[in-house]
Amino acid sequence: MSHTAHHFFELLGLPQQFSIDLVVLQRNYRKIQAEVHPDKFVTATPSERLQSMQTATLMNEAYQTLKHPTSRARYLLQLQGIETLEDSNTAMPADFLMTQMEWREAMEDAQHAHDIDALEDLLRTMKASAKALQEEFADTVSGDPQAAAHLVRKLSFIDKVSADVQEIISRLED
Amino acid sequence: MAYSDKVLDHYENPRNVGSLDKNASNVGTGMVGAPACGDVMKLQIQVNDAGIIEDAKFKTYGCGSAIASSSLVTEWLKGKTLDQAAEIKNSAIAEELALPPVKIHCSVLAEDAIKAAVADLKSKQPGSKEAA
Repeated sequence: MSHTAHHFFELLGLPQQFSIDLVVLQRNYRKIQAEVHPDKFVTATPSERLQSMQTATLMNEAYQTLKHPTSRARYLLQLQGIETLEDSNTAMPADFLMTQMEWREAMEDAQHAHDIDALEDLLRTMKASAKALQEEFADTVSGDPQAAAHLVRKLSFIDKVSADVQEIISRLED
Repeated sequence: MAYSDKVLDHYENPRNVGSLDKNASNVGTGMVGAPACGDVMKLQIQVNDAGIIEDAKFKTYGCGSAIASSSLVTEWLKGKTLDQAAEIKNSAIAEELALPPVKIHCSVLAEDAIKAAVADLKSKQPGSKEAA
């Protein structure tokens, strides 16, 4: 795992925890990116230029990982040696999967009816559901990482269906 | 990505889409999902008194490969015993549909759905059909 060689939280000057200040994250990220910007290395040696480019790439990866709640959660678990197994663990609670199906059905109905309001309602429901899972994750991650990994798998579903709804909305708005 | 003709055939003309009565004692329901792609699959099987699967239905939200995998297995399941059904392997599904490596997980989802449906049915009919 390439992530473990560097500590994204430390690189971006943040405490290693799920709840972070996104304003601080962005501010620290921009500050470091400005320091390693290629324009500042025009007259530098090739090895310094390479070094600055590698730092910029790493910082970008760290920023993208920490910015999104689900990838931040996944990364926090990786730091504890826990994989979230989103591509192989298919066992989800039936009621959770039922909700996923209902959302997908509502999404298709609203899409066919060109009902943007209904899609936006759906998106709000999904966001509220994701927020509740994120709060649960913050409380669970250090005490019960396996339960926290399960929450990441749930969040992963909600991210996907939300992105699909978002895409339909933008297409309908065109 | 190009889908194989068989995937397209099942995707465009899915077999056995629908639902069976999940509360019936001779119906088993398996629900599984793939977090990485958000696919959700519900597979139901109905057995007759001899313990043979006489009907199978599915409902899948996901990509073409996931829909084709579930559609294909509903065809395969009919006429099988529960033990034969549980032997269906994802590799056979992937081979039949010529799934590319990145879509293998869709066939895994279908295999897991069969196992979940069989387990659900067996939990409803404790050992009573083994001798048939």
